[in-house]
Amino acid sequence: MHSEFTKIFELIIAASLINNFVFTRFLGLCIFFGVSKKMETSIGMSITFTAVMMISAALSWVVFHYIMFPLDIVFLKIIVFIGIVAGIVQASDTIMRKVAPGLYYKLGIYLALISTNCIILAVPLINAGEHYNFIESLAFGLGSGIGFALALIIMASIREKLELADVPAPFRGMPMAFVITGLIALAFTGFSGLITL
Amino acid sequence: MFNGSIIKIAVIAASLLTCYASAAYAGVGGGVEAKEYVDFTAVLKFTLIFLAGLAAVFGLGLAFAAKRFSVKVDPRVEQVLDVLAHAHCGACGYAGCEQYAEAVVNNPDVSPNFCTPGGAKCAEAVALITGKKAEMREPIFARIMCQGGWSKSAKRFKYEGVEDCRAAVLAGGGDKSCIYGCLGYGTCSRVCPFGAITMNADRLPVVDMTKCTGCRKCEAACPKKVIEVLPASKAVIVACHSKDKGIDVRKHCQVGCIACGKCVKVCPFDAPSISNNLSRIDLDKCKVCSMCVSPCPTNAIVDFIPHRSKAFITDKCIGCLICSKVCPVNAPAGELKKKHDIDAAKCIGCGICTAKCPVQAIDGTFNAIEVFAVAAAKKKKKAEAA
Repeated sequence: MHSEFTKIFELIIAASLINNFVFTRFLGLCIFFGVSKKMETSIGMSITFTAVMMISAALSWVVFHYIMFPLDIVFLKIIVFIGIVAGIVQASDTIMRKVAPGLYYKLGIYLALISTNCIILAVPLINAGEHYNFIESLAFGLGSGIGFALALIIMASIREKLELADVPAPFRGMPMAFVITGLIALAFTGFSGLITL
Repeated sequence: MFNGSIIKIAVIAASLLTCYASAAYAGVGGGVEAKEYVDFTAVLKFTLIFLAGLAAVFGLGLAFAAKRFSVKVDPRVEQVLDVLAHAHCGACGYAGCEQYAEAVVNNPDVSPNFCTPGGAKCAEAVALITGKKAEMREPIFARIMCQGGWSKSAKRFKYEGVEDCRAAVLAGGGDKSCIYGCLGYGTCSRVCPFGAITMNADRLPVVDMTKCTGCRKCEAACPKKVIEVLPASKAVIVACHSKDKGIDVRKHCQVGCIACGKCVKVCPFDAPSISNNLSRIDLDKCKVCSMCVSPCPTNAIVDFIPHRSKAFITDKCIGCLICSKVCPVNAPAGELKKKHDIDAAKCIGCGICTAKCPVQAIDGTFNAIEVFAVAAAKKKKKAEAA
């Protein structure tokens, strides 16, 4: 029991800090740069992202282990996972619009961006590759979501301050954002010694 | 759509599998155990069944969700959304263009002319889609209520921080000795989504009236609340917000209102009034005659009409007497159904009669060319429609 809990905790820490999707694996950069201009949008994006990640991790785990594994067709996982994620996103988009219109107007715009995102696809793929069980898959999804939220919020708070800073003209906007991302990524390598086995 | 794409993918996958039959003996990797031999027909069979099953489940699920959770969206909302200006400026009073489009379609009380950046064209289009009547709304412009540039006003200290009014105001309320005046660090020019505000050499914002849409972004951003958004026709304003006593205003600034009351005495319509050591012009009473501009000892009153050339009546006049009714100084004279005459000595060139004349018979004022062009365009449109 004890070791189970420590493993899940380790997974969350590893996925959010040590193997942070944005700063260590360099996935989802398009959304990272696009949405991190304002704190409000980045928080909305983080919430939507984490939710979709966990749901897609759970659903794709079920499909992978109970259908694809017995049928011996695991090589189809990329296509199937893309389909599953896109399907969930589309369905939640429709349902949210009816059930919670307020939430839809706040977060619905991000859902369309998410449907074919690389981080969302990476979570079930890594889950499948590492042979995680159901709880571990969920934990990995949550950890990745937290990691992405962390990256977005750090970046958004820096970029909001950056608006007032005296940045040399050639570096204004995107170049400066890339430089900052590189520096944060460098800082995040410091987490690599956090868990020693 | 989703269903079809999955089937397409399945067909492609199946054809790929047959093409690379010989390569499939090698291990696949990535969580899949390598195998000596792969039973092709079984794999192909399961693949097709599985993908078809998945596609069916998702297709049916999505179709069910779309049916069960359908939200009726009025097609007119999309049409309205297309014609709006998409500045997302909030000038209409709604959070964004979508919200306004929804409101204007669903709520019969919402007027179609709220989209300020879209202008009259947009209002007409929205009215056409929603079946409402487009009424011309007077355009509004941002007016800078301060003339105290850096050369004309005094400073309390030297500010060397970030070049932004919102930052400067944190340093003890800004570096200007007048606490009501424009700080001149150009925050308004940066927040303007239309590029209508530029900073002049004396560090005062200048509003380009051809670009300004009256969206009120600058009004909200200005930490000193120096900017007011006012109707375009009210072109004579007291460009000062200082509530200091006259003697203090003089110390801080050369062009501030000292509340001497000369404008109150000279105005034929009782528009200006003095309260809290500041003169303010009542826009409902003001006829833009500019008679208060020259008596003002500190030049605090600004006339936004570029030149006040005298009006004269052309042969088109039908003698309706409207001009004599609207004139603030009673310059036009004449009898009904006869050509009128404008007394050049009395005329102040405010252009009100030019704008109001039903047959465009009054020429010579600053706005004549513009008014004639608009009238000609309307006539052309009417002719085309007929």
